[in-house]
Amino acid sequence: MKVIDRSLIQLYFTFLRIGLFTIGGGYAMLPLIQKEVVEKYGWATDEEVINYYAIGQSTPGIIAVNTATFIGVKQGGFLGGVAATLGMVTPSWIIISLLAHFIDAFRENPYVEKAFMGIRIMVLALILSAVIKMGQKVLKHISDYFLMILGLILVAFLDITPVYVILMGAILGVIIQSLGKRQEREGKNLD
Amino acid sequence: MLLFNPLEKDKKERGRILTNFLHLFFTFFKVGLFTIGGGLAALPLLQNYSERYGWVDEKMFADMIAISESTPGPIGINMATYVGLSQYGFIGSIVATTGMVLPSLLIIYLIANFLKGFNEQPIVQGVLQGIRPVVIGIIGSALIAISKVTIIKMPTLYAKGQWLDFFEWKSLIIFGVFIIAVMKMKIHPIFFIVGAGVVGIILF
Repeated sequence: MKVIDRSLIQLYFTFLRIGLFTIGGGYAMLPLIQKEVVEKYGWATDEEVINYYAIGQSTPGIIAVNTATFIGVKQGGFLGGVAATLGMVTPSWIIISLLAHFIDAFRENPYVEKAFMGIRIMVLALILSAVIKMGQKVLKHISDYFLMILGLILVAFLDITPVYVILMGAILGVIIQSLGKRQEREGKNLD
Repeated sequence: MLLFNPLEKDKKERGRILTNFLHLFFTFFKVGLFTIGGGLAALPLLQNYSERYGWVDEKMFADMIAISESTPGPIGINMATYVGLSQYGFIGSIVATTGMVLPSLLIIYLIANFLKGFNEQPIVQGVLQGIRPVVIGIIGSALIAISKVTIIKMPTLYAKGQWLDFFEWKSLIIFGVFIIAVMKMKIHPIFFIVGAGVVGIILF
């Protein structure tokens, strides 16, 4: 029992460290995971981490949390998953709680307001460039472009809740696949 | 009676608080459940619910993204913490964060234990091939929301002033410079955000 407890604590603090040094989202986390999880503790191999990451991207939830949960579950079952997830979440939670008062108080300051006018434009540029990069990987078929435009129109202009549009995308994806339009690409993937 | 009344009031109050927490929990549970393919995919969902429930306005939403990009932790967790805290205090932040990560925990637990080769299942691939392009389009809608507080003219708000027209052209030019910098230079986003803050102070 003591051994299990210690490994849970170790999982918690390992992912707390990873969470603390992951600034700017999931992709920044991968090198840290490799260093801590693969090299330091040997909890998983490089290939396994890449697999967890791939599954983390294709399952609901935040990639960082999904990957942490996967490694935690593999190490210590359900409680291991909980410990890793809690570790991953703790830095965000403490830092944002501390910043929240600062955010509300200082946003009224004219210099902060000016700085954020610049920063908002940068946020737009950062997201647009990330979306373009995503698009280059994802958009391959005519049907992909059709789905992308459909998603944009339904949410941005017809004001439909994203949840329904994502469900629709899932159903259309299965239909398109079963129509056999993707067989060619799958054939290529096998080669 | 004296004893009964406050208790009755207390009960109602407790019921109301519980309803608020449940609402917060399930809203973030939905965000967690329908965020597929990374933090960016959470943005349109968060933006949609923020607008609907009046959690944060569009400016604050853009600022939260900037804060999340420059502080540790995933944006979904940062947003959940902030919204929970600002709406219902300390416990609210725990409730929202728990709601956000619970779908991950349950689904990953099931996959890790029962579904070997999850990603190779044809149905999973079909679903993902449909969701990925749709999510790109949906993120486009979050981009439009941020554009409204940065570069796009909003005629109803800015009907009177010509100076304000000019102001948006300035933002648009700055945006052009920023997007070229982001696409060409491979440095951490935090440096871009700090740089953009300095540019904002100088130019606005």
